[in-house]
Amino acid sequence: MTTKYVVACDGSPASERALKFAVDEARQHGAEIVIAHVLEWSPYSFLTPEELEERHKRRAEELERAREALVKPLLKSVADSGVKIDSVIRYGHVAETLVDIVEKAGARQMFIGRTGHGGLAARVFGSVASTMAQIAPVPCTIVP
Amino acid sequence: MQNKKLLAGVTATGLALLANPAAASSVDEAVNQIFSSATGWFVNFIFSPFPGTSFPWIVAWLVVAATVFTFYFAFIQFRAFKHSISLVKGDYSDPNDAGEVSHFQALATALSGTVGLGNIAGVAVAVGIGGPGATFWMILAGLMGMASKFTECTLGVKYRNEYEDGTVSGGPMYYLTKGFNERGLPGGKILAVLFSVFCILGALGGGNMFQANQAHQQISGIVGGYPGWITGVVFAVVVFAVIVGGLKSIARVTEKVVPFMGIMYVGAAIIILMVNYDKIGWAFGQIFAGAFTGLGVAGGMVGALIQGFKRAAFSNEAGVGSAAIAHSAVRTKEPITEGFVSLLEPFIDTVVICTMTALVIIITGQLMIDPATGNYLTEGGKIVTATGVSGVGLTSAAFESAIGWFPYVLAIAVVLFAFSTMISWSYYGLKAWTYLFGEGKNKEITFKVIFCIFVIIGAAANLGPVIDFSDAAIFAMAVVNIIGLYFLMPVVKRELGSYLARLESGEIKKFK
Repeated sequence: MTTKYVVACDGSPASERALKFAVDEARQHGAEIVIAHVLEWSPYSFLTPEELEERHKRRAEELERAREALVKPLLKSVADSGVKIDSVIRYGHVAETLVDIVEKAGARQMFIGRTGHGGLAARVFGSVASTMAQIAPVPCTIVP
Repeated sequence: MQNKKLLAGVTATGLALLANPAAASSVDEAVNQIFSSATGWFVNFIFSPFPGTSFPWIVAWLVVAATVFTFYFAFIQFRAFKHSISLVKGDYSDPNDAGEVSHFQALATALSGTVGLGNIAGVAVAVGIGGPGATFWMILAGLMGMASKFTECTLGVKYRNEYEDGTVSGGPMYYLTKGFNERGLPGGKILAVLFSVFCILGALGGGNMFQANQAHQQISGIVGGYPGWITGVVFAVVVFAVIVGGLKSIARVTEKVVPFMGIMYVGAAIIILMVNYDKIGWAFGQIFAGAFTGLGVAGGMVGALIQGFKRAAFSNEAGVGSAAIAHSAVRTKEPITEGFVSLLEPFIDTVVICTMTALVIIITGQLMIDPATGNYLTEGGKIVTATGVSGVGLTSAAFESAIGWFPYVLAIAVVLFAFSTMISWSYYGLKAWTYLFGEGKNKEITFKVIFCIFVIIGAAANLGPVIDFSDAAIFAMAVVNIIGLYFLMPVVKRELGSYLARLESGEIKKFK
């Protein structure tokens, strides 16, 4: 069975650095990479009737955008590394869903950039990276 | 850009009409005149009592339907209650569908359309006339209404239209046409058109003018009297920004604050009940005794029953068909699951929130009792209250007697509830409008602008006949909708049988 590394990517420069670092590591150890992108979503948020109606359409658009504008360029940027790279796009609570992806993939370790796209809220409530440091089920490398 | 011009136009028309009080009042009178002569027969017909009684047939229509559905589906509201809660919690949601509308979201949106003035003002009217006994009948009607909601919301999802771009349209007008066609029944199209017409009228009236009017009453009750058109224009601008301008942030804030207000309201009621815990037994004694004897209220037991049934129906809209429009937007493989979720609505709205209001009014001693007989003192058909007020004022006084500053919170709650009800009904009305006239940007904008103009009219004027008419229109929706439900209930039964069998066999699995 091949070793897998999960890299959390949100399109921020830090997550790009994390991906480059993870790819280097993977090449040295003959591992595979899984790029994980999570769209923040709570099934308990409140929507207007019109938002309910359009939700399915919006979801399809959001997934398409994440695939085309975020994941594809990332895959391209590390295409010539010779490492096998997969990608997963999921909806949910970002940190919890990352844990889920790591467990499902049976990954040996995971990588995440230190500062993502979070702004003020991340400073107050803690960033995804700091949460991962605490709850990751496998060794987690936080890339500065 | 176009929106701004429209907005300016709407505001200018409103201002021109209403800045001049004399012109406005003569306009009011003219509108009153035309309306009452043209629509009086319709209002009288909808609210007419059975011969020789004071029991309106429309109330019986709703209650009989709820009873029929309760027996036809063998008390589904109790059998499926636990399963409904696990559905809302997301126990049966496939994680791969994350990002789609959840059952919780559908329920929350539908609830913010129904929880409102009915729960605060309506209940006060019910116990103010029918006495504590009205509460018993209100709870009973709420429990039965759960079966009506279950039926209509399942059909709403089953027969909705799904478009290529991924959006959906559903509601009674779709199940009336498609469901009747499928079963080879005639007249579906006629019922659907009638429903749509009543739905538009109900949206403009009960879902809009009545709300704007009551919100203005609340605000002016706190800050002092001022012309209603000011409230109307402010409300209209905000509603316009949300429904035409697509300013989702305002809607989102309301959608977040409304459930919070609901919880705060129930929380305050529970605190008052806990402080007066020694009187809870007495209050329930009054409710039961009043339900069967009336305890001196006008009309006795029947008087209590009419008030309880009527207010429950006004408040939870079970059988009206509006919830079927809201729930049909949910993407689910099993239409019946939306039915299960929706049956929680009358429970939360009527059995929980309305009962809280009633208990607080009873326990805080707002209703005056004759110490000699133990019966309630009445005057002009109403029970004499401690502070001499009725309606929202009675609820407000009851809460105030325990928590001094609560009337301010209540006023904010009423305004927000009114606003969220208006947003919901603008959507229901729009769906009926596009069903009649077809979809299209201009057609939709036309309805939305009309809707905003009615906000101003509703807040500015006390158009009794217009409001009577719009209430009648909401109930007329129920007449058409329930005829459809009777013919289509076998479809729901089939769905239910198949679903329960698969749940039993383990084909439908929990994900959590």
